Amino acid sequence: MTEIIDILISASFWAAVLRIASPLIFATLGELICERAGVLNLGIEGIMVFGAFAGWMAVYAGLGLWPGVLVALLAGMAFGALHALLTVPFGLSQHVVGLGITMLATSSAYYAYRLALPEVTSPPRIDPFQPLHIPGLSDIPWLGQALFSQTALTWAAFGCAALVALVLYRTPLGLAVRAAGENPQAVEAQGLSVAAIRMGAVIVGSGLMAVGGAFLTMSAFSSFFFEMVNGRGWICIALVVFGAWKPGKALLGALLFAGFDALQIRLQQTPMGQLVPYQVFLMIPYVLSILALILMSRRAEVPAALMTPFNRGER
Amino acid sequence: MRLDPIAAPSPARTLGLPALALGATVLVAMGLALIAGADPLATLGLIARGAAGSKFALLETLNRATPLIFTGLAISVAFRARLWNIGAEAQLYAGALVTVVIGTQLGLPGPLALPLMALGAVLAGALVLLGPVLLKTRLGVDEVVTTLLLNFIMALFISYLLEGPLKDPMGMGWPKSPALPRDARLPRIVEGLRLHWGFGLALLSALAVWVMQTRTTLGYEIRATGLNAEAARFAGIPVGRVLVKTALISGGLAALAGFSEVAGLKGNLTADLSPGFGYTGIVVAMLALLHPLGVVVSALFVAGVFVGADSMSRAAGVPTYIADILLATALLFMVLAILLTKVRVVRG
Repeated sequence: MTEIIDILISASFWAAVLRIASPLIFATLGELICERAGVLNLGIEGIMVFGAFAGWMAVYAGLGLWPGVLVALLAGMAFGALHALLTVPFGLSQHVVGLGITMLATSSAYYAYRLALPEVTSPPRIDPFQPLHIPGLSDIPWLGQALFSQTALTWAAFGCAALVALVLYRTPLGLAVRAAGENPQAVEAQGLSVAAIRMGAVIVGSGLMAVGGAFLTMSAFSSFFFEMVNGRGWICIALVVFGAWKPGKALLGALLFAGFDALQIRLQQTPMGQLVPYQVFLMIPYVLSILALILMSRRAEVPAALMTPFNRGER
Repeated sequence: MRLDPIAAPSPARTLGLPALALGATVLVAMGLALIAGADPLATLGLIARGAAGSKFALLETLNRATPLIFTGLAISVAFRARLWNIGAEAQLYAGALVTVVIGTQLGLPGPLALPLMALGAVLAGALVLLGPVLLKTRLGVDEVVTTLLLNFIMALFISYLLEGPLKDPMGMGWPKSPALPRDARLPRIVEGLRLHWGFGLALLSALAVWVMQTRTTLGYEIRATGLNAEAARFAGIPVGRVLVKTALISGGLAALAGFSEVAGLKGNLTADLSPGFGYTGIVVAMLALLHPLGVVVSALFVAGVFVGADSMSRAAGVPTYIADILLATALLFMVLAILLTKVRVVRG
């Protein structure tokens, strides 16, 4: 017990929570946008892999960090466009297309990595985003290290959550997106195109997923390696459910989840943790995600038209 | 744009569009070879020769197809009921695990051990899928995410066992299980040829699934549930129970892939037993349009692409991941082509 308290009062723990949460926040918001518009995007895992690769590769090839993020964003949007084209106007199974996109994006990233670096044994590194020093705030004892020594990309993740919430609930565009996922017929009756709204949502959402992946290679670590996304995409899908399809709650879910993850990493190092096989600790994120789904199952607030293709003229 | 159903599609449309999808995939392959600086036609030739150009290559393809037939069947049975089992990987490992435990720990004679290993594997795989399905039918928890997450949990569980209780004391420190005794392994179909009875069992399973789907009440109920669960419930079909039965069959089939790989090919359990057979099974099933006999054909095709790409990669230096890209593109092109055999795209 004292070990847990020691961990919880250390500033580095809270800094880790924010760091671990960042990619989850980006990708969860991306998935949330898609699902609010009525499209389940199972391409998330692969799009994160591709984003992680594309952003890193762009910087490795000589671009700056922010242009690298932009490359990841655009690559994610391109895969999103393919997903959107197949699932929205063509109305193909969102399960099959999503898994297909995950396979395509993952294998494309691996193929391109092997082409670019055929002979490397240890993955090359880039200079990643560094923690921002905020005058005043970063100098506060404990708090400065715990909360205010993050990279710009982490701040961007939180900014993104606020922006998505604002757009979704305070603008006509957000209303249209939510309506496309709840009652597409009503959207068409307003003279708006359900297809355009849904495709736009999937493309933007996929871009955010890719930025989430890019956080891993450009902020959390400094190289790209295979299997680095390691199911984070699937966890984000669970986080959307856990967050009841609301950006604020999803953000809290990602933080809570990151808290458990940061805790388990540190518990492994304690004498108590040495007694338990490390695999048990590594299982915790996946088990928690399943528990979150079970916990939320009774309070389903799932968008009514999620996974229902809309064919104009059909009733 | 809008999609209008075609009342009676012409044979040219029904056959031509899927052929076009395969043709487009071949074009993608040539494009990828070009990007890698290889000769596109030579690359295609190397893949084909690597997959079926010699007796050795052909046997390798048949061996690689064996687990894919099992996982492809597992997925096709589940998807037909619209049960999204993406956890065939976990079920495969559960089957492999039980196979090794029964085969190495009980000390039974071979003729008794092999059937018990297979049966135990089927039960284990069925149980692994039962959890997510009960969560779906009882609590409405989406099975896509739960089955996906179980793959990661199972991989860690296997890793723990291979480094702990199941570790081979004679394994020079490698995380692998002890090997099955000689008589607890699946025999070769023809003495001297590297092809084991797991392949035979896979063909039999495909036949059994086909009979189940076309000749039994359960097969009819599964189809009805998949087409429209609400209507099926209204017609008096116990949808929940049908889904549970589907899950038991699907999980069991996926587990047989693990049984066959361990007892027929590898002889022991390692963490890299499956290079994603559970996920590739989805491509196999979709390319077969979920038809159990089609699964055999598409598993052979998919296995050929993998084996051929491996061999081509050694000769031409194009990364083996070309195989995974091609299968993903084939999947996406094919679902689109199949849709377009049934609907027409109309403007407006």
